[in-house]
Amino acid sequence: MKGLYRVERKEQLADKIYQMWIRAPHVAHHAQAGQFVMIRLDEKGERIPLTISATDGDSFRVIFMAVGKTTTHLAAFKAGDHVSDVAGPLGKPSDVKKYGTCVLVGGGVGSANLPIIARAAKALGNRVIGIIGARNASMVIVEDEMKNACDEFHLATDDGSKGFHGFAADVLKQVMAQEKVDAVWIIGPAIMMKVTAECTRAAGIKTFVSLNPIMVDGTGMCGSCRVTVGGETKFACVDGPEFDAHKVDFAALMQRLRIYTGEEKVSLERYQAKHACACGCDCGGEKHA
Amino acid sequence: MPVPAAVTVEGKNMHDRSVEERLKDFNEVDGGMSVDEAMGEAERCLQCKKPLCVKGCPVNIDIPSFIREIAAGNFRRSAVIIKEQNMLPAICGRVCPQETQCEGQCLLGIKDKPIAIGALERFIADWERTNGAVIPQKKSPRGHRVAVVGAGPSGLTAASELARLGYHVTLFESLHAAGGVLMYGIPAFRLPKSIVKAEIEAVMSLGVELKLNHLVGRSVPVKELLNYDAVFIGTGAGLPYFMGIPGENLPGVYSANEFLTRINMMHADKFPEYDTPVKRGNKVVVAGGGNVAMDAARVARRLGGDVTLVYRRRDEDLPARKAEIARAKEEGVKFVCCTNPVKVLGEQAVTGVECVKMEMCDLDASGRPEPAPVAGSEFTIEADVFIGAIGQGPNPLLINEIPALKRGKRGNIIVDENGRTSIRNVFAGGDVATGAATVILAMGNAKNAAHAIDRMFREE
Repeated sequence: MKGLYRVERKEQLADKIYQMWIRAPHVAHHAQAGQFVMIRLDEKGERIPLTISATDGDSFRVIFMAVGKTTTHLAAFKAGDHVSDVAGPLGKPSDVKKYGTCVLVGGGVGSANLPIIARAAKALGNRVIGIIGARNASMVIVEDEMKNACDEFHLATDDGSKGFHGFAADVLKQVMAQEKVDAVWIIGPAIMMKVTAECTRAAGIKTFVSLNPIMVDGTGMCGSCRVTVGGETKFACVDGPEFDAHKVDFAALMQRLRIYTGEEKVSLERYQAKHACACGCDCGGEKHA
Repeated sequence: MPVPAAVTVEGKNMHDRSVEERLKDFNEVDGGMSVDEAMGEAERCLQCKKPLCVKGCPVNIDIPSFIREIAAGNFRRSAVIIKEQNMLPAICGRVCPQETQCEGQCLLGIKDKPIAIGALERFIADWERTNGAVIPQKKSPRGHRVAVVGAGPSGLTAASELARLGYHVTLFESLHAAGGVLMYGIPAFRLPKSIVKAEIEAVMSLGVELKLNHLVGRSVPVKELLNYDAVFIGTGAGLPYFMGIPGENLPGVYSANEFLTRINMMHADKFPEYDTPVKRGNKVVVAGGGNVAMDAARVARRLGGDVTLVYRRRDEDLPARKAEIARAKEEGVKFVCCTNPVKVLGEQAVTGVECVKMEMCDLDASGRPEPAPVAGSEFTIEADVFIGAIGQGPNPLLINEIPALKRGKRGNIIVDENGRTSIRNVFAGGDVATGAATVILAMGNAKNAAHAIDRMFREE
């Protein structure tokens, strides 16, 4: 009865950031930009949402940062291993249509989800400008993919070690000063999306953010992922995950993201104690298994 | 209402484990009948020529016959009779509201206690599970392919009926396990999950092809779905309603669906051995008066919380099964009736629930007095977890993907008496058509629809 989903490839892209291709035809054949999967690693695992960042034949790709127990565990999976469950594609696809000029702004691991939107926007005849923000040069991901997918590409690092010295939001402001922008996507940590979305509010530019609240089923059955958008409660799993950036109550989102901070720490420490990386290479125990 | 045989006049089931014991775990509360008890109880059956109990059964089990076989000690024969009409007897024997169905019709109930039909059904199903499953006969294969959407009570029933009728059935389930509400909703102390799994396996052994992790409308596009020769939609009432009161999005506020799913399906009670966490709550307030509210309250008690259940109508209006209300009370759930939450208090997390007293006014459409808030009666119940169990609606996801499907005001799919929707080869049943109801009504709907699908193919 159990579906088993093979990890086809895995690569480390940056510190704690991995890309993984997983074989799941029911997901890969139907996934569109902006959608996600719910993934459960094994019998005792939790269900977590991960955005689909590309598809290729029967497989789809996720790019994730190993921060909690499940992502740390997933990072220890090798090609040929199987994850227990993959449900999807879930959520509404990105509202990609012919806008004119689209700017896609990514922060941290959230940047991983821009190329699939860039390709969709480009395919519909939009001029596409990509902006990726990272902590430093070593944390930059999907740069080549964005360069290929976009008409124009900018890079910003917090420490100036590569590209523009500053935040992606600063680059967005520069782009807006130079040309008319018709639609913007911002994907990154909640606080980055909140701050960056302010850049486009006054100009009334259509702006989307992709929200990442805690989910259980991912199909609209539990309400764990409820977010406040325009004063109304929405379920990010079925009404989103993308919403009008200017209507999202980010404070409420961030409060709900912190619900299980304590439990998440317990879970991660327990995992790390069991799967200690003996040499300090940060492999999650993979090399010593 | 007649009192079921195994229940004393005080509402205590004599097969229940002690309260102290059962609050320590999630094992089944009701221990079930012994062989002698079952045979003795079966002896009492009048074997009516025109059995009213069968009329009270939504899936038409030949109740006098299976009871006669128990009295004679022919347990396998009894199981065959039940399985002829119902592939999920261990489930139904536990969660059906027999008191308003088969047992509610039993003639013995007029003067004495009705036959404990539910307990007997459970007895036989449990006997069968440990002594080798009875797999009913299948008709010879027919060419048609049928898609069944949702592996809850209605989907499992439609799938098993259609498979037995000879059709090739593909059963789609969006979660990582089949069972629907039987897995995510009803707690193990009422319905052990090993029992659900065993009955699902029996359905699969009829040749049903199960596709887990497939959300129809997403993993299976509607166009692909409608390519099947017939479709049965049994996607249930999985959309939790929220009360729309201030503070409802605070950490520590759960829908009953979320709270129960975290425990029943994800085993958050065993965190951190299992990854999924849950806020256990020292002081828990549950809002609602149905079976789901009882389940949530009793789970919260097992997690160690001090639990208060608030219900907007009177104690006698509680819609949950009487036996479950009695068990919740035994387990220390405090009932505060004629009370409605108006605000969840707290800044960073729940600190309390502000409630208002309700007075009963004129009778409403359901024949119950309409509750109305009493001005100035606000009071606060201290709480760190608040669980809303005020009902669920049909999950709109798939319905919205099929615009041609006619739907009612509450988002339910409109069907005729055979479960047929506004699309010729699409049928629906269970909560997605009726609104939130019982497991057995969903199964009855599904059975009707399966036979209507069979007739449709034969008339073609």
